[in-house]
Amino acid sequence: MAFSKEEIAQRIAKEIKDGYYVNLGIGIPTLVANYIPKGINVVLQSENGLLGMGPFPFEGEEDADLINAGKQTITTLPGSSIFDSAMSFGMIRAQKVDLTILGAMEVSENGDIANWKIPGKMVKGMGGAMDLVASAKNIIVAMQHINKAGESKLLPKCTLPLTGVRCIKKIVTELAVLDILPEGGFKLLERAPGISVDFIQQSTAGRLIVEGEIPEMRLD
Amino acid sequence: MINKVVSGAEEAIKDISDGATLMLGGFGLCGIPENCINALVNKQVKNLTCISNNAGVDDFGIGLMLKQRQVKKMISSYVGENAEFERQLLSGELEVDLIPQGTLATRCLAAGYGMPAIFTPAGVGTEVAEGKEVRNFDGKDYLMEYAFDADFAIVKAWKGDTAGNLIFRSTSRNFNPVMAMAGKITIAEVEELVEAGELDPDYIHTPGIYVHRIFQGKDYEKRIEQRTVRIKS
Repeated sequence: MAFSKEEIAQRIAKEIKDGYYVNLGIGIPTLVANYIPKGINVVLQSENGLLGMGPFPFEGEEDADLINAGKQTITTLPGSSIFDSAMSFGMIRAQKVDLTILGAMEVSENGDIANWKIPGKMVKGMGGAMDLVASAKNIIVAMQHINKAGESKLLPKCTLPLTGVRCIKKIVTELAVLDILPEGGFKLLERAPGISVDFIQQSTAGRLIVEGEIPEMRLD
Repeated sequence: MINKVVSGAEEAIKDISDGATLMLGGFGLCGIPENCINALVNKQVKNLTCISNNAGVDDFGIGLMLKQRQVKKMISSYVGENAEFERQLLSGELEVDLIPQGTLATRCLAAGYGMPAIFTPAGVGTEVAEGKEVRNFDGKDYLMEYAFDADFAIVKAWKGDTAGNLIFRSTSRNFNPVMAMAGKITIAEVEELVEAGELDPDYIHTPGIYVHRIFQGKDYEKRIEQRTVRIKS
């Protein structure tokens, strides 16, 4: 069975280590916050200017002045801090943020990512994505391996306008966990339960590298 | 102490005329200068270039100015949530410069710090880099991006004093302090205007030297774009 969005988020959460400052993008990445392993201390950065993002407020306690980068009402936590947008991207550019998790429409086998524009159709803008991918020391992409028509989104070369070049090293999809090797190519690390290597091969348009037995993804 | 107080939004924006370049603070609808936007809508100034992270929604914020076709060019990082904006953009009525959010913030910062340009890796190898100078430092490529040159910066603060010192509240701070530093003329509207001396100098976010006009704002709606809550269990 292919993983649900929640399960992709749950798998990514296992990559988060104690003491990490983490920036979560919009979509599946936001769900990762629900699965951060118990007993570790992690600080979530919201690029509009907050470190220490807490859960959604209780009904009636929403504060119009306190939102995250997805414009959702949120809360602070003991130890939170607030700063302006320039400082927020300063700490991103200076690689103070340990891990960035974001979504993608396409990723190429050399680590290019496209996630901000579909020419003539969707023109919403890149927001902070270009800054994040250009500067982050560790990026995990949460994305769908194939689109609704069954076409691969893991490509030899991106077809959409790029967000960043040669910056992605790890991808978690509904089918698999993959690393992008420095010399290029998607190295298959894990597969979703019951998904065959053959199916992942068929679903990956870019160069897939399979070495030895590929274990199933575990969520515990 | 130099007194920066003006009577209200109308007086604050009185010399903003057609073709001006404006910076407008806020992230989404959070911390936007509601009073000045309404005054600009009423004044019907046109051909504006607006530098703002977002473009409001259809019926609030900068969206109100878009609806009246007051904006010639928008410089933003993210403009979703605004159908009229997308329509004007796709039809070519509106000129739009989409730039990375950190680049936007830092180009404001550069203006306020008196630096002509910055180097950032954001956008290297993408269409954002087209026509821009690339410099390599320690093996990594960076784009040269110029400091903004805005006629007016319009910001919203939580508290301010008659000397123009500003304090922002929570994440409504966002772009407001960096834009406040970057305008040739900076206008600040505040939820609470107090006498000079009432704010602790240690807690000022924006020193009054950057602020030319300040006024007590009124009737803040502070609309929430995405109301998300959890249920008490």
